[in-house]
Amino acid sequence: MMKEMVIDKKDIAGLLTELTGEMTVIAPVRKGDNLLFGPVSDGSEAALDSVNTRLAPKDALFPQCEKMMTFTTDRQAEDAHTMQDVSEPDKQVIFGVRPCDAAGFLILDKVFNQGGAEYEDTYYLRRREKTTVVGLGCNKPLSTCFCASFGGSPFGTDGLDILLTDVGDKYVVTVLTDKGEARLKGKSGPSEADPTSIEKAGQIKESAVKSVKAGIATDKIKGKATMELFDDPCWDTLYETCMNCGVCTYSCPTCHCFDIQDEAIDTEGVRMRNWDSCMFSLFTRHGSGHNPRPTKKDRFRQRFLHKFKYFQDNFDTVACVGCGRCIRLCPVNIDVRQVVEEMNR
Amino acid sequence: MNNPYIPKPVRIEEIITETEDRSLKTFRLAFLNKEDEQAFSYVPGQFAELSIAGKGEIPIGIASSPTEEGYLLFTVNKVGIVTSHLHNMSAGEIMGVRGPLGKPYPINELKGKNVVIIGGGFAFTTLRSTIAYMLANRSEFGKITVIYGARTPGMLLYKEQLKEWEARNDIDLNVTVDKGDESWSGKVGFVPTVTKEVAPSAEDAYALVCGPPIMIKFTQPVLIKLGWTPETIIMSLENRMKCGIGICGRCNVGPKYTCKDGPVFTLAELNELPKEY
Repeated sequence: MMKEMVIDKKDIAGLLTELTGEMTVIAPVRKGDNLLFGPVSDGSEAALDSVNTRLAPKDALFPQCEKMMTFTTDRQAEDAHTMQDVSEPDKQVIFGVRPCDAAGFLILDKVFNQGGAEYEDTYYLRRREKTTVVGLGCNKPLSTCFCASFGGSPFGTDGLDILLTDVGDKYVVTVLTDKGEARLKGKSGPSEADPTSIEKAGQIKESAVKSVKAGIATDKIKGKATMELFDDPCWDTLYETCMNCGVCTYSCPTCHCFDIQDEAIDTEGVRMRNWDSCMFSLFTRHGSGHNPRPTKKDRFRQRFLHKFKYFQDNFDTVACVGCGRCIRLCPVNIDVRQVVEEMNR
Repeated sequence: MNNPYIPKPVRIEEIITETEDRSLKTFRLAFLNKEDEQAFSYVPGQFAELSIAGKGEIPIGIASSPTEEGYLLFTVNKVGIVTSHLHNMSAGEIMGVRGPLGKPYPINELKGKNVVIIGGGFAFTTLRSTIAYMLANRSEFGKITVIYGARTPGMLLYKEQLKEWEARNDIDLNVTVDKGDESWSGKVGFVPTVTKEVAPSAEDAYALVCGPPIMIKFTQPVLIKLGWTPETIIMSLENRMKCGIGICGRCNVGPKYTCKDGPVFTLAELNELPKEY
């Protein structure tokens, strides 16, 4: 299904506030100097007028810290030492998601549901099912944007239920799915689209698509043997400036590694999962002290091979959507585009 | 929706101290709920996450065989937070088991073949499972040869079981120690050396090799020299794990996840992968 509507910009806050009565509303909000996705209680808190958020919205589907289960070690309790699942998450709408980040959700979908009940990640899938994704097209992509390299576009609709296009004082609202339509049903604000706005949206889209630079090629990577890429001398120099700080993994819309830890106060506790990072040496260190990836080079290589080689082998797509966050945030200016260029030689 | 992260409650039925240095104990666990026991259908070579509320989880190979009904055996080395706590627990206490996880030994492929089991140290756990399974289904397998080594007689696992196997004439058991003592009348020598002596034939056979890296490093060339191909040498890897179901990202060896695609791999498969284990 596809349906075009329009909504005045001044009516967006009202629409979001109305939605908060039905479900959790997550949108870009200002926190200090940063723009980050977070829950809003009033639609006016949403900041849709800026470029992309500092961190990807993956936190809404795969929280940085998430309760998995609860337990008690109280000997008097009948269920002592047994794990109890947490309650189901609430319905939510993630509003103002850029098309690259929405494409990132589709990559997470592959990881968290690898087929067969024993490989379905309950926590992610429960949230995913209850989530509506409202996208916001990018009128002015940044110099670090390279979504077009992976079939994306500043107005791509993959992974979205609704796409908004900023045409000045209004948004053109493209309803893409039944879920999207259900969110707008009975809401004040959206009205029938006028031909002028539709035409303007078309022009904006065209110029934005043109402005995304021809990005990076990954076509040769899949054909190379794992060990050929692993032993490539390019890693000997590429990793040198990397500090293994992990900002690339935390800000990435597709990085999904996590740790599981128990936390308890007295007899009451929770089993948590927390984001983890392949940049950290503890990530792989065995109980014996042996570490299969003991050096910075090992860990640097792992991240890029995972995203562009291993993930392609396993899922037939690379685990990068070209959002450019890792390029913008890296303290030592490592550019994923250069690394991939070396890998794809 | 079935939640694969929730451990099923089990009771510790018995704790056996295996080694003289008390670093290895075997835990006999029984499910509290019959339906959990029935759902836990496993094959030798698989592992499970042992869960202790408030401490965490650890991936441990299943040492019992599915032919031993009513309980699970796990032999645990005391190294970290969870294992140290486990070593201090007592029979009767409640903990959790999540699994079975991972790809088992290719038992169906082994059927009708001669099977050579080569193990060292505390990596003998899933090999014990395999031997117990084969002996319970003895007619389905060809000749069974076992080479098992430990540092000292006191460091051998499953001593009672080894005696029982020793007494049988349908299994060729070769137990060796690096260093004997006055009570030891068996073989003395490293596993690769004993493998050379025993010289298991590669004909119509599979070898399951599991042990410390140094043992594996020196045993492989012995087998290759005896005419074994990398396709018939089967190994089991260990890596740090959390989720156990191919998601959390840390146990990968190249594109393969030790937890989901392994822990069992053939040497031929491992030859194509980085040595990140």
